[in-house]
Amino acid sequence: MTTLPSSTRRKLGLVIDLDTCVGCHACVVSCKGWNTENYGAPLSDQDPYGAEPSGTFLNRVHSYEVQPDDGTAQLVHFPKSCLHCDNAPCVTVCPTGASYKRQEDGIVLVNEDTCIGCGLCAWACPYGAREMDAAAKVMKKCTLCVDRIYNENLPEVDRVPACVRTCPSNARHFGDLADPDSDVSQLVAARGGMDLMPEQGTAPVNKYLPPRLKDRLDRTEEIDVLAPFLAPVTDQPKGFLGWLDKALDKI
Amino acid sequence: MHPAPSIIAFSTLSGLGFGLLFWLGIGMPGSTGLVAFVFFAIAYVLAGGGLIASAFHLGHPERGLLAFTQWRSSWLSREAVCAVATLIIMGLYAVGRVFFAADWFVLGWLGAALSLGTVFTTSMIYTQMKTVPRWYSPLTPALYLTLAIGGGALLAGQVIWALGLLVLASALQLAWWWQGDRAFAASGTTMATATGLGHIGTVRAFEPPHTGPNYLLREMVFVIARKHALKLRIIAFALGYALPLALLLAPFSHWIGLTAVLCHIIGILTSRWLFFAEAEHVVGLYYGKR
Ligand code: SF4
Ligand code: SF4
Ligand code: SF4
Repeated sequence: MTTLPSSTRRKLGLVIDLDTCVGCHACVVSCKGWNTENYGAPLSDQDPYGAEPSGTFLNRVHSYEVQPDDGTAQLVHFPKSCLHCDNAPCVTVCPTGASYKRQEDGIVLVNEDTCIGCGLCAWACPYGAREMDAAAKVMKKCTLCVDRIYNENLPEVDRVPACVRTCPSNARHFGDLADPDSDVSQLVAARGGMDLMPEQGTAPVNKYLPPRLKDRLDRTEEIDVLAPFLAPVTDQPKGFLGWLDKALDKI
Repeated sequence: MHPAPSIIAFSTLSGLGFGLLFWLGIGMPGSTGLVAFVFFAIAYVLAGGGLIASAFHLGHPERGLLAFTQWRSSWLSREAVCAVATLIIMGLYAVGRVFFAADWFVLGWLGAALSLGTVFTTSMIYTQMKTVPRWYSPLTPALYLTLAIGGGALLAGQVIWALGLLVLASALQLAWWWQGDRAFAASGTTMATATGLGHIGTVRAFEPPHTGPNYLLREMVFVIARKHALKLRIIAFALGYALPLALLLAPFSHWIGLTAVLCHIIGILTSRWLFFAEAEHVVGLYYGKR
């Protein structure tokens, strides 16, 4: 049944830190690698070495420039995968029951054996988190690496999503957002974690941590309390540079 | 969005077909025998043909029967159930009309109601999409229903009804375009809410995640088809509404009737093309587009 569960016992999801993401796309690559070899149909590529390569990805990294009213622009790297919404519109539109949200942990999944490839769920998702695979003709989306997080064949340290495990700057965090004491919930509380497109009413489980305040180049003097102590003690270079300096002065 | 010809054909032709079935179901015209057969045949070709065209749009048409299972939550599933129920009930009703010159009116009215239900559920598939503000409006089902009943009246030879309904549909069409052009701004979804970065300053897409096209850009951010939108609106309005209305007012002949029907179909196909081509999905904002 593609009705949504009235509540889920846990809300497993990701917390993505826009402050520390360096835009390296390592999560994109590891996600593609893990998910093309494991759960469901492989993530195909079309014309991968040709003039117009295209393929299915479950996680993509955008980059935005943000220009404050006053001051210099900032660059923000912005990873985006399924947000495992509590009020997931992609689930209720599905005519076959292939799309569903799990009661036990809130993960939103697609049963690829019953998906007819109508594409409606991708239309219902405001975030662009679903992509139809052009080879398998079924809908693909982030599984929250359901085949890793409960997988007892993996060492415990690896029982987190591939993207989280890979991220070199720890910008992706995995946990239970229904538990207020979990690390991820505390991170969200401490850093003002936010929903994307709250007005769409999807109630996403994944949260984004906004970038911290940046230092400003045009105001460095005001804040540089150490500057007086770091002033050069002598204008007179020594050694080779000193000789060069004097020699050049004489010319 | 990318306007898929199969979907445009489906929604236009099947809308007309179910509109015609509505009129046949309520006994207008109450023909019997061969004439009834021709009427029902036209309706079934349009309605059934549209359904088959839409099945071609699926990635896995062989699993199509599963689409009848989720009617409690999904408008697409409800549409499938309604459409098949209509075709079965009206098939039985047609047997009475064609072979026994009988009016099994309970079946007829039930079939007529189901015909309208089918058109309504089709329109709700689009109307429910909060992600496409242009569609997310009560005017969408109003326009679909009026067009189906009006076009059906045209096919069923109900000239007076066709006149009134086409006038109403043309007004709804203009209102729909008018609200649609404002809907995205009114939805409140912007690059600032999409990225959550609006509190820092003005957000601009700096670099997309991929250099090639992908499913999202091809399906939902397909902007090429929006070229010539105004010209196409004029063509759609002239052919779909104005010309058939003028022809209906002329002294009736079968040729004029046929021309009016063909004009109307081409006009509505054009308007349906725009319905999809001009649809702007909020996901475009992540790419700095609409
Ligand atoms: S992000 Fe999109 S695909 Fe994922 S649950 Fe929400 S609406 Fe569905
Ligand atoms: S594409 Fe598949 S999962 Fe999505 S709505 Fe259609 S049948 Fe359901
Ligand atoms: S949780 Fe797994 S499937 Fe989802 S984006 Fe991360 S690596 Fe990809």
